[in-house]
Amino acid sequence: MSTDANSLDDLKSAATDAAEVPKESATTYVPFYKRVLAQKQGKIGLTITVVIVVLALCGPLLLPWATGNTATQFVTKPFSPYGLFGSDNLGRDVLSRFLAGGVTLIVYGVLATALGMIVGALVGMLAAYIGGTFDAVIMRINDVFLAIPQLVFALLAITVLGPQGWVLVTVIGLTHAPRIARVARSATLGVITEDYIKAAEMYAMPRWKVLIRELLPNITGPLSVEAGLRLTYSIGYIASLSFLGLGLQPPAADWGLMINENRIALSIQPWGVLLPVVAIALLTIGTNLLADSFARATASTSVEA
Amino acid sequence: MFGKVIGKRLLFSAFILIAVSLLVFGATLLLPGDAARAILGQQATPERIAALNEQLGLDQPAWQRYFTWLGGLFVGDFGTSSATGGSVGALLGDRIGASFILMGLAAIISVPLGIGLGVYQALHRGKRRDQAMTGVSLVLAAMPEFVIGIGLIAIFATSVFQILPAVTLAPPGEPVWNRPEQLILPTLTLILVVTPYIVRMMRATMIEVLDSGFVEMARLKGVPEKRVIMRHAVPHALGPVAQVVAIQLAWLAGGVVVVEFLFRYPGLGQALIDAVTYRDVQVVQAISMLVAAVYVVVNLAADVVGILTNPKLRSAA
Amino acid sequence: MSPKTETVRHDDANEPNEKIVLRVSDLRVLTNAGDEILHGVDFALSRGEILGLVGESGSGKTTAGLACMGHFREGLKFGSGSVSIWPRGDATHLEVGDLDEVALRDLRGSRIAYIPQDPALSLNPAMRVGEQIREVLDIHGFGASEKERTDRVAEVLVDVGLPGDRAYQRRWPHQLSGGQQQRIGIAMAFAMYPDVLILDEPTTGLDVSTQSVVLDTIRQMTVANNVAGLYITHDLAVIKDISDRVAVMLRGDLVEEGPVSAVLERPQHEYTKMLMAAVPDLAGRKTIGDGAAEAKAVAEAVEKTHILVSAGEKSGDSETERTDADGATASARDGGGGVANAPLLEVKDVALAYGKAQILDGINLVLEPGECTMLLGESGSGKTTLSQCVAGLNDDYQGSVKLRGTELARSTRKRTNEQRVGIQYVFQSPFSSLNPRRSIGQSLTVPLEMSGEGTAVSRKAAVEEALDSVRLGRTFYHRRPGDLSGGERQRAAIARALVNAPSVMVCDEITSALDVSVQASIVALLRSLREERQLAMLFVTHNIALSRHIADNLAVLNQGKIVDYGPTAQVLEDPTHEYTRALIADVPKF
Repeated sequence: MSTDANSLDDLKSAATDAAEVPKESATTYVPFYKRVLAQKQGKIGLTITVVIVVLALCGPLLLPWATGNTATQFVTKPFSPYGLFGSDNLGRDVLSRFLAGGVTLIVYGVLATALGMIVGALVGMLAAYIGGTFDAVIMRINDVFLAIPQLVFALLAITVLGPQGWVLVTVIGLTHAPRIARVARSATLGVITEDYIKAAEMYAMPRWKVLIRELLPNITGPLSVEAGLRLTYSIGYIASLSFLGLGLQPPAADWGLMINENRIALSIQPWGVLLPVVAIALLTIGTNLLADSFARATASTSVEA
Repeated sequence: MFGKVIGKRLLFSAFILIAVSLLVFGATLLLPGDAARAILGQQATPERIAALNEQLGLDQPAWQRYFTWLGGLFVGDFGTSSATGGSVGALLGDRIGASFILMGLAAIISVPLGIGLGVYQALHRGKRRDQAMTGVSLVLAAMPEFVIGIGLIAIFATSVFQILPAVTLAPPGEPVWNRPEQLILPTLTLILVVTPYIVRMMRATMIEVLDSGFVEMARLKGVPEKRVIMRHAVPHALGPVAQVVAIQLAWLAGGVVVVEFLFRYPGLGQALIDAVTYRDVQVVQAISMLVAAVYVVVNLAADVVGILTNPKLRSAA
Repeated sequence: MSPKTETVRHDDANEPNEKIVLRVSDLRVLTNAGDEILHGVDFALSRGEILGLVGESGSGKTTAGLACMGHFREGLKFGSGSVSIWPRGDATHLEVGDLDEVALRDLRGSRIAYIPQDPALSLNPAMRVGEQIREVLDIHGFGASEKERTDRVAEVLVDVGLPGDRAYQRRWPHQLSGGQQQRIGIAMAFAMYPDVLILDEPTTGLDVSTQSVVLDTIRQMTVANNVAGLYITHDLAVIKDISDRVAVMLRGDLVEEGPVSAVLERPQHEYTKMLMAAVPDLAGRKTIGDGAAEAKAVAEAVEKTHILVSAGEKSGDSETERTDADGATASARDGGGGVANAPLLEVKDVALAYGKAQILDGINLVLEPGECTMLLGESGSGKTTLSQCVAGLNDDYQGSVKLRGTELARSTRKRTNEQRVGIQYVFQSPFSSLNPRRSIGQSLTVPLEMSGEGTAVSRKAAVEEALDSVRLGRTFYHRRPGDLSGGERQRAAIARALVNAPSVMVCDEITSALDVSVQASIVALLRSLREERQLAMLFVTHNIALSRHIADNLAVLNQGKIVDYGPTAQVLEDPTHEYTRALIADVPKF
């Protein structure tokens, strides 16, 4: 199919396109998850997160087997032999409460993040796509919500509605939305001027299809980074609210609550505080490392060290 | 001109504050129907309920309540606390000072530190120390502030060393700076939480600037490296970073809450938590508005910095 | 280390002699990972002479140019070889590779000066222009006093044709036009009376008249200051205009070198010959992309076209010279009550204004099947706006666009399926017109899906056929745009336009982002497509040199108005409007 002239042409076309620095020609596309796992942030982050999540989710199931107690039952003897980590301020077994205390945190965290991502991404994409007054109005509303820190907003909501689970999830989720909307909007604005969007419109593709099939796949990078970050913050805020006594109420077993209850005794019985603190720390570090590796994986479509 | 741009921003900030006040006030409309009873609990006597109803003005229509409250804000009357029965303003009065000291100390240290470290990292990008610092930043930025706080307490106050107080020991009414050592751990906690973000943003912005065409051109003109950085690169990084710094400082207004609770520090944050626990709506509203005001002021300052560093806007005369 | 390619040299001016100011010997540059970018390059710059360094993208020409200053972009490093410079007044030479940071800095800006490609990017937007010139003098300690430096700034500004007064010096870069910014760059370079000047495509992106002024300035200053110049570019016409010698680079090798006339008129290396054959020239003395076109077997003589045939007449205007024999079967299609004898495409009195600015004013064009009309305009002329109005991407205009006599709705969404299918559009940037997250096949199927024809199977077949007809091949169906080069992507975009078998194709600067050789093959492709399918084409570009190679008719657009319109040869030889005359005069001739 080729003559000399054309093979020369093909060869040189295969070299590079525009840059002065020749980069490797025809880098083959490596799927996202592989790029994430290729980096040490990705590997470490994923490992830590999975370990803690598994611990938290399976904890309540392991509980009777591991310790023979429930999370709220009072152990008669303080520092008894089978209480590996001793007992807490009220005499309950620390290990039991620890095993039981992670589930709610993770479930609430994931739900809040999901809520925020869906609402925020949709709003941001629509604002950028529709543009004009709609965009301006949405951005002003966003600015108003951004004026109050998420935690203060949550406190306001709890004052009014009480420290209930759905309140926590909803308010944290909805306060994530404006921040996510900002990112989604600016990512969409970067894509919307591309010619393939114009091409799709030229072929009279229905608008919703343009949004989902042409736009959305091209902003998954920044969105996944946001998702990782938001998960980290969701867990942080919900744990903080529990710590403040405004999340799950006693006698429920919850890591944040445990930390608050036991910190008086920090110098004599550290485990009641240390176990949940280390768990929360590791979990948030894990999700943040994951978010960082998402960011690096988004930066290029080839595998980087 | 310059003044016009600032004027527009001022107007915009005022608009935001009004909208926030609507939002904050609107939240209270979500109070359950029998609000007074919900606040005071089941054991409340009818007289107390009636008194609270009157205090909160729950017998008036919503818009009237709003304007009464808004008007009050302007003259410094923040309403009446349903927990103490006294004026909210009095309750918050001395605590505002304490919180601002904490926030101010944290800001004064973390902003220059963050900017300096970010520039340093950008100049040494890719090397071991850059990677190590990034790792530390990632770890610190991930953890909620009470986790960092507890960690610091464990290290410095209770378990490893025992040199700093774990809680603020001052009796109420005594100014916090009488015992400066009690300020150290809370301030350190805030610094450790806020600085990593500033470092990250400064690093990223600085790298972008260092890679830009005119910085390369300056090098190719033979400009000494120091001057390239100070005169050509850094000024372009300040504008975007000002925005981030503003967001962090505004966040401080919220982050201080948990830290005060942790260290039993007698500031606004502590008051806020108490108010939430006792469902003292007026106090919560007042503090929310204060926090929003801080955010708006800080953002305005960031916008001014952005305008000053961008000659396109300066010269649009 | 890769083996070094033998350079074809037309004379021995490269051998050491007194006139040489900078000499590069066996220069090798590596990436940080160890791959070689430059495989041993030799050339020399002589006083008062400009050497043109020519190559397509990926040739390494900029890397070689920057290496002369000891500068390597991020990710690259010096491998081996030598760069020697003989500064004015020194008997011995300096080895650039041996110098430390401080010495290198001394050299840059004072002995070796650099003029970058994009002035908007290389001037510090937060520093006044006078100050930026002044900075060079301050750092290198020009003269004995403040006053001398101030005077020098004013002097060099006047030299480049700009006002030297204080008011002008106090301007910010964004207050100047592109051409003025570039001249500030030139002034900065000449301020210290350098020995060597490295110019990195300084006129790309400027319009033709500005370009010719800037080139004049450069030539004058180089001769007046007795400077040795290295002019890096991909534009061979400019090389012919401004340089004395030329060196051709291909993927890190220097393949040919010699005096300009010798190399360009009697090229000896294969690649140089191919390059010369691919460069479009205004006089149209050759057919570019010829070898590529003719060797291709036209696999299927494509029969599907939608030609207007009115009342049994075959479309008669044959301004194109090709056979009708295996031409297309005429399938008469009416876009719903088509008018007999109406032209295929008619643009009538189209006008568009944004606020007070009149972007388009009274545009009238006619297109018949098999004809190609070139719409020529510089940036700001409104050519892209016009092409988008015709294609239905821009619906803000007055006037009418008629396909076979039927007026089309302004926006494609409101057009009927047949009308949409009739006019197809190819975008300028090959990097932006295909969705990076979808395969080529998927992107090309979109027009078929939207027009609702056929089944999934028939659609796939149609896409494969289109890919074949642009000489890409069916194997490209599952590949992603990221795997393809610019030229391949543009072919895929053309295939997407062909997939619905249109009658009119609007090509908006489709070769402007491509290398010369790739451009030639695309032009050849378009030529064969026109022949095979009787396609009418509206070819929008700023490059007048292409006109005889592709267009039957030429319409010159200036500030929204068509100032010249007619058969190509006529407009070029006998232009009626002042603007066209000036354009033809200013364009560097190859």
